[in-house]
Parts: sequence; structure tokens; C-alpha cells
Amino acid sequence: MTGFLLHTFNGLVSGAFYALLALGLAVIFGMLRVVNFAHGAFYMLGAFGAYVLLTEAGVPFWAALVIVPVGLGLLGMVLERLFIHRLSRLDPLYNFLLTFGVTLILQDLVKLKYGVQSSPYATPAELSGSINLGLFDFPTYRVFVLGFAILLCAGVWWLLGHTRIGMVVRASTERPELTGALGINVGRWVTPVFGFGIALAALAGVLAAPMRAVNPLMGVDLIIVVFAVVVIGGLGSIFGSVAAGFGVGLVQSWGEAYLSDWPVLAQTLVFIVMAAVLLWRPAGLFGREEAPA
Amino acid sequence: MRRTAAVAVGAATALLIAGCGGGGPQGASDSKLTDGKIVLGVLNDQSGVYLELSGRNSVKAVEMAIADFRAKYGDKAITQDISVESADHQNKPDVANSRAAEMYQRRAVDIILDVPTSSAALRVADVAKAEKKLYFNITGATTDLTGKACNRYTFHYAYDTYMLANGTGRTVTEQGAKNWYIVYPDYAFGQDMEKSFSAAVQEAGGAIVDKDATPFPNDDFSTFLLKAPTLDPKPDVLGTMQAGADLVNLVKQYNEFKLRDKGVGLSVGLMFLTDIHSLTPDALAGTTYTDAWYWNFDDKNREFADRFLKETGTRPTFAHAANYSAALQYLEAVQAAGTDDADAVVEELEGKTVEDIFLRNGKIRAEDHRVIHDAYLAEVKPAAEVGEPWDYVKILKTIPAEQAFRAPSDECKL
Repeated sequence: MTGFLLHTFNGLVSGAFYALLALGLAVIFGMLRVVNFAHGAFYMLGAFGAYVLLTEAGVPFWAALVIVPVGLGLLGMVLERLFIHRLSRLDPLYNFLLTFGVTLILQDLVKLKYGVQSSPYATPAELSGSINLGLFDFPTYRVFVLGFAILLCAGVWWLLGHTRIGMVVRASTERPELTGALGINVGRWVTPVFGFGIALAALAGVLAAPMRAVNPLMGVDLIIVVFAVVVIGGLGSIFGSVAAGFGVGLVQSWGEAYLSDWPVLAQTLVFIVMAAVLLWRPAGLFGREEAPA
Repeated sequence: MRRTAAVAVGAATALLIAGCGGGGPQGASDSKLTDGKIVLGVLNDQSGVYLELSGRNSVKAVEMAIADFRAKYGDKAITQDISVESADHQNKPDVANSRAAEMYQRRAVDIILDVPTSSAALRVADVAKAEKKLYFNITGATTDLTGKACNRYTFHYAYDTYMLANGTGRTVTEQGAKNWYIVYPDYAFGQDMEKSFSAAVQEAGGAIVDKDATPFPNDDFSTFLLKAPTLDPKPDVLGTMQAGADLVNLVKQYNEFKLRDKGVGLSVGLMFLTDIHSLTPDALAGTTYTDAWYWNFDDKNREFADRFLKETGTRPTFAHAANYSAALQYLEAVQAAGTDDADAVVEELEGKTVEDIFLRNGKIRAEDHRVIHDAYLAEVKPAAEVGEPWDYVKILKTIPAEQAFRAPSDECKL
């Protein structure tokens, strides 16, 4: 039983990364109708941002946790203004290709400067121990990641549900034309929302730096699972992306723990779940079928 | 009209180049070289995951070997026209295949060196066989190169999965870590390594408590790390066959879950100096692995490492030293044979005993073209004991050449 709780708790920690990344993707898709393929690259830049700040300027983890998302969020806004914005009236495929290209460029620029070998980043000393959670000990840093991610997701939830900004974003997401017709400048919110989504990816990257390999390719493989998360949760559904993020973390963790005699099954479990969800509810668990215009 | 002009200019340029450069052998007219020159080709990963451990710095190492060869023989050298070509195979077998063919056929390459990634390494062996040109593999790990895929023109330098498993698996088990939990990435290299390690551990009287295939690539190994201390009997050591970024992920998380404090040690199947550098020695302190060569082992190695540092700004991995050695031994063989004819050079190499900065008690086996030499069981030092940058390990034990590698395989018919 303790074993099961251990794997469950651990699954939630991996899920926290998926949730943060999927949340950013969902917010961006909702507002811009852009599937941001560069999300994994910004996650990678987040981790590198923390690494560079620490090694070049001695900026500790805690400060990086604020500086990096803000900085990369601004970079995201520039990207939106300069490029994505211009393609937004065309077929969504154009922006898909654009963000894919941006991914390749960002990856190779980092590769050029830092190589492909992983860069070292230590866990902040305050969080490097273990903490007793009653039934078992668990690395403090992982507990922190989980708690932080939950708070953040709850914060975004509150922001969207209880503030005027949130109301505008939700309205623009659901019926952009109608919202515009009611006198709200939808276009004004597009760039900040994109920047916000990118900042979430960057934040996930900073959180990953102490516990995962920091290298230019770290976002590539992760983003595939995150897309599966988004599909399971329902494209554009804020709640769906967070719930599916944690859910996929659990499925992976349980799969690896209890299906270890069938590694092929354990490794593809997430995608099997995704296929099943698509068959059962093509719009995802929490998504709604696109309403006819 | 414009196109015709362009074609004409192109043709004229081609003629001009042919007239200037391609007009017969240069240098000594009594040279027995087939084309008047020697070209060494380094074919490896110059943009991906194996960039740092070998990559472009291996080209530098080969240039150093050429310089040393020239310095040794001066005017008596078989030719003064020795050069290096290099290409990026992106670790893809099909790219490796076409680059290798291009090197042999169009770039006048006499020998191909390096070639990481087993699947790519095997494809190049096929090309070497078809072209009847030499190939020294250095960073490919598969024993098939000297097993069922062996051929007259292919030699295997530095290491292979047997050598790693035998060195680490056997020695660590004999030192008292009887119970093993093995995790391996679920692809050819990982599966090979798992088989070799399991066999070596069991032969030495140890037991495999459990083994798990992990996704590849993978950034979270926590499930397996949580599982390790709960196994019955509790494993003495976690044997990881992961490489590159996966290895970094696993080691970071091994430390996070404090498995060493829980009595589960760590042994790594394949590790390069660059891996220790990126993880930092403290993350790996106490970890054992088998090394084919270490730069700070003795004064001879150190002297080479100092030169290499001047050339490249970094210390050499065993792959760099092996590339240097392979290039040097090839040139020595050509000099001794008096020709670069591949068959004559093979005759010269087969059965030769060799001693250089990389090959200690080295021998080029005639039976399967495995180049055997002393290997080393190494342990990563804690940062406090690291005296200077890159001096990350201490050598626990030298594994004599004859024991370090497997006996020639029956599968190999040269």
C-alpha cells in the first residue's frame, strides 16, 4: 500500500510538469488558435536561463524562478508581435510550421553556445534533503515542485474565473467575434496571453533544471507527451489540460511500476490512453466540440 | 542563354582544377602509394549527442598523430602529403553509409576512423568490405564488429560492450556487491549491455535481483529509483546502462532519492570524461565504471593531454586518445609496408604488438581484428579530492589486455 502511495505521489510530481506545460499550451490555443510547437523549446530555454543566470551572474534558483519566466515571457510577446501575429489570419498550419522552425533555431543556437552535453545545475541547498510525509520519505525538492505547481494552477484558475482580465480572456476564447462586437479589444489581449503561456513553459524549465538533464534537446521528447496531454484533456480547455497533465503523470508512474514485465506496454501507455480518449470523446475529456460558426 | 554560359564557366573551372591539382601523384616519384597521398577520414557525430565525447576534437587528435608521424620520419616518411577529411554522420546508419562510400570513392580516403553508434558503425563495416578499404572503428560499442559482422578491412579499437560489462560487472561483483538491479534503455545498445552485464555478474557469482527496460529517451527515472530499495533481496548496486542525457537524468535523480544512503551503490555501464564533467564529480562520487584510457593515469598520458589541451581547450576523452592512436598506428603500418595498398597494410597490422600512449600491452588480433589493450576500473572522486580541472577519477585497478576483452568469437570468419 505504501508502495502504491509512493508511486502515486511520484506520478503527481511528473504530472506537475505536464500540467504547467499543457496549461500554457491551452491558454495560447484558446486565445490565438495557435498550436505552439515551440513550447518545448521555451521549456528548455527556461532551464538554460536558470543555468546561465547561476553560472554567469551568480543568481540563485529562487531569483531565477521569477526572472527567467518574466524575461522569456517578454521574448514570447516579441515573437508573437513580430511573426505569429502576421500569420494568424492564414491557415493554422502556417503558425504550426513557424513555431516548429523557431524550435529548431532556438535549439541549434543553444547547441552552438553550450554544446549537447548536459550542463550541471544543483538543487538549491534548502531543498536538497528529504522530507517525511508520514508514510514515506520523499525528496524535498519534488514535494516543493508539486506544491508550487498546484498553487500556480490554482492561481491561474482563480485569475481566469474571478478577475476582469480572466473574464475577457474566457470570452475571447469562446466567441472572439462576439466579444469584439461588445466593444472589447480582443487583439490587445492576444500578445500578453501568448507571453503568459510562454512564461509558464519557462517556469517549468526552471523547475526542471535541478532534477533533470539541462541540454538543448530536453524539450523535444517532453513536448510529444505534452501534446498527448492536451489532446486527452481537450484542446483549449484550461481545466482539462491541468487535470490531464496530472492524470498522465499518474498513468506513466503506475505503468512503469506495475507493468515493468511489459516495458513496451508501459512505454506506450500514455498514447494508448490518448487513442482511447479520441475514440470515445474526439474533443478530449473536457473539450467541447467546435460549435458551428 | 545564361544557363549555357554558367555551364561553360563551370566546365572550364573543373578543367582548370583538374589541370592543377589532379595531375598525377605529387611528392616523391618513387612513392608506392596508389594515388601519391594518404587521406585519413574521420566519420563521426559533429552536431548531436556524441559531439563532445568525440566529434571535431577527434579530428584534432588525428591531426596531432599526423604531426607526430612527420616529426618522427621527416624526409624518410613515405609521403609528405597526408591530410584529414571529416564528415558528420548524425548517428544515422543511412547517412553513415553514404558518407563512408563518398569518402572512399570521391574524397580519396584511405582509412575511415571513429564512427560512434553501433548501427552506423556496422553499416560502415559493410562499405569498407565492399570497397576493400580500411576502417578502424573506435566509438561503436557492439561486439558484432569483431563477431558476425567482422571483415578483413575492419578493426575495432578502444572498447566494446563485453569489455565494459566484464570490467565493471565482474570486478564490482567480486568486490562484494553480489546483488544487482539493472536498468537499461530499451534499444539495441541498452539490450546488448544488459545481456553482457547480466552474464558477467552471474559468472562472477553475483545475482540479478531484477532488471527493467526504461523508455528511451527518458527524463524521469523516479519510478525505478523508488523501486530499487524495496526489492527483495535489496540490491547492493544499481547498474545503469543509460548513456548521454539519460545517464545525466538518472544520476541526478539517483542522488535526489539518496539511494547511496539507502545502501544501493551505483555502477555505470558506459561513461565518458565529458559525462562526469557535466554531472560534476560530487553527483557521481564513488561510482565505478570501466575506462579504456584516462588522461591523468601516468606522465605519458599527461603529456599527450597537455598538448591536446593546448590544441582544443579541453582534456581528451578515451575516444580522442584512441583516434590519435589509431591514426598513428595506421601511418606506421603504411610506412612499414611501404605502400598504402589496403591488403598489404592489413597484413602488416595483423598480429602486431603495439605500444603507444593509448595502447598499453596492445595487440592487433589477427583472428578477429579486435585491438586489445589494458583497460581500467575507475572510480569517480568527490569534488574535494579533485586536484585540478578534469581530474575526476582514480584508477582502482588495471585490467590486463588478455582479460579485458573476450576471446575471439567463433562467429567471426575473416
